[in-house]
Amino acid sequence: MKRAASILPLDADMAALIPVPPGVPDPAAHPVLFALRDVDLCYGPVRALHGVDLSVHAGERVALVGTNGSGKSTLLRVLHGLLAPTAGTVSCLPRNRQALVFQRPHMLRTSAQNNVALGLWLRGLGWRQARQSAVEALARVGMAELGGRNAKALSGGQQQRVALAQAWALDADALLLDEPTANLDPHAKREVEALMQAFAQPRSGRTMTMVFSSHNLGQVKRLASRVIYLERGRILADLPVHAFFNGPLPEEAGLFVKGEKI
Amino acid sequence: MHTTSYRLVGRTPLRWGGTSEDGMNTLAESAVTALRLITSLDPVLLDIVRLSLAVSACACLLACGGGLVLGAWLGVARFPGRGVVLTLLNTMLALPSVVVGLLVYLLLSRSGPLGFLGWLFSFQAMVVAQAILVLPVVTALTRQVVEDADRSHGEQLRSLGAGTFMRGLLLIWDERFALLTILIAAFGRAVSEVGAVMVVGGNIEGYTRVMTTAIALETSKGDLPLAVALGIVLLAVVLLLNTLIALVRRWRERRDAGLSAWLRMPDPAA
Repeated sequence: MKRAASILPLDADMAALIPVPPGVPDPAAHPVLFALRDVDLCYGPVRALHGVDLSVHAGERVALVGTNGSGKSTLLRVLHGLLAPTAGTVSCLPRNRQALVFQRPHMLRTSAQNNVALGLWLRGLGWRQARQSAVEALARVGMAELGGRNAKALSGGQQQRVALAQAWALDADALLLDEPTANLDPHAKREVEALMQAFAQPRSGRTMTMVFSSHNLGQVKRLASRVIYLERGRILADLPVHAFFNGPLPEEAGLFVKGEKI
Repeated sequence: MHTTSYRLVGRTPLRWGGTSEDGMNTLAESAVTALRLITSLDPVLLDIVRLSLAVSACACLLACGGGLVLGAWLGVARFPGRGVVLTLLNTMLALPSVVVGLLVYLLLSRSGPLGFLGWLFSFQAMVVAQAILVLPVVTALTRQVVEDADRSHGEQLRSLGAGTFMRGLLLIWDERFALLTILIAAFGRAVSEVGAVMVVGGNIEGYTRVMTTAIALETSKGDLPLAVALGIVLLAVVLLLNTLIALVRRWRERRDAGLSAWLRMPDPAA
């Protein structure tokens, strides 16, 4: 029998029933932002996600790891609501604001400032006010002087920083990042990582949540509090970062950590 | 059997259809007279060129108003029967201009549904005919550009909260240089069209005579210099449009590569 696919707001009762993943010290202090229950997602005959159960609590820094085609990007898109599951349920905390940063962010043919302002304008802010907020967000990522430059002409690292400024400007509770440093040189990688660290810090008294996918295990060690290993659309390991790199793992995940599975 | 006929070339009767040498002379004389007409800014020639450009510009403006929006929407929207709509749209790209002319003629004729407008054999009728001819070109090419852009980065706009129609509009704006090329190509199609304007305009001298219909008429009359002069102007217009397309493309590439931004940067030594 086909299961119903839906995206529901998560109420307090339902959140209380969701098992707390290891690594979250005080679940009562950290509400569940996202909860996926038995989620399947198919692209035609290809099953990209298979029976995914996952809860992400506020304040967590979750790294999604796995080989190419394991379902990391698809899972991020499901969390953001860009893809609806074929089966299962996706719940998110009401009024949860989230932003997704893509692996290769596309810049519109206009200034970096306008690119950042666009996100705010699409959320209902006036254009003038959106542009003012964009200046602040660009300053936050160290791009204040380049705000007037054609965003298309910026380097890959600079474009990624503009994308982070766009996410920052949206004042999101949760930041989702799809391999944000995959195409960057080491210097740009360090810069973007530093910004990710900064984003994960509490902001205006609010706990920030970060979910990112990465092939870079060093980066995962540095940034994540929890690691989820995916293979062929299934979650094979879901552990605190220390346990993932030091404890016993399923065979496939172990091979991946040893670098014997790409 | 050898036949000889006489036609007028300018004001000088010339033999046509004789030996090949005569033919070459006729062509050379026509070309020289045509160049003289162009360089002397012949008023008849200028009137025809002016009217022709005005009709095509108005038709393009009209077609672009609807074609860009419709193309953008078709590029991002997904609905049942979309494949059929796209097949029909692509079929209309090959719409014969005389058929469009006939359709507009039937609509605007005295007994037609729009006969009350009294537009038949007028400037407006030619604009409507050319707009109908160019609309599928603008729509189909815009749809293709927007759909490709949507496949590439529409997801990011969706993640920022852009709905379907807003995404289409944003992608149109983002691809504005590619669309400029489409608009120029559409103008080229309109200005070089002959069948539809001939049927609905009637080729009335000083009123609905445009470059293409004038060339057809003057050639049949044997007034080759005017036909050749108009042909040269028409070719020049098409050449100019193609040059514009190439320039826009180059400018866009340079802009995206950052040269424009670099040129705008203040001199650090200053």
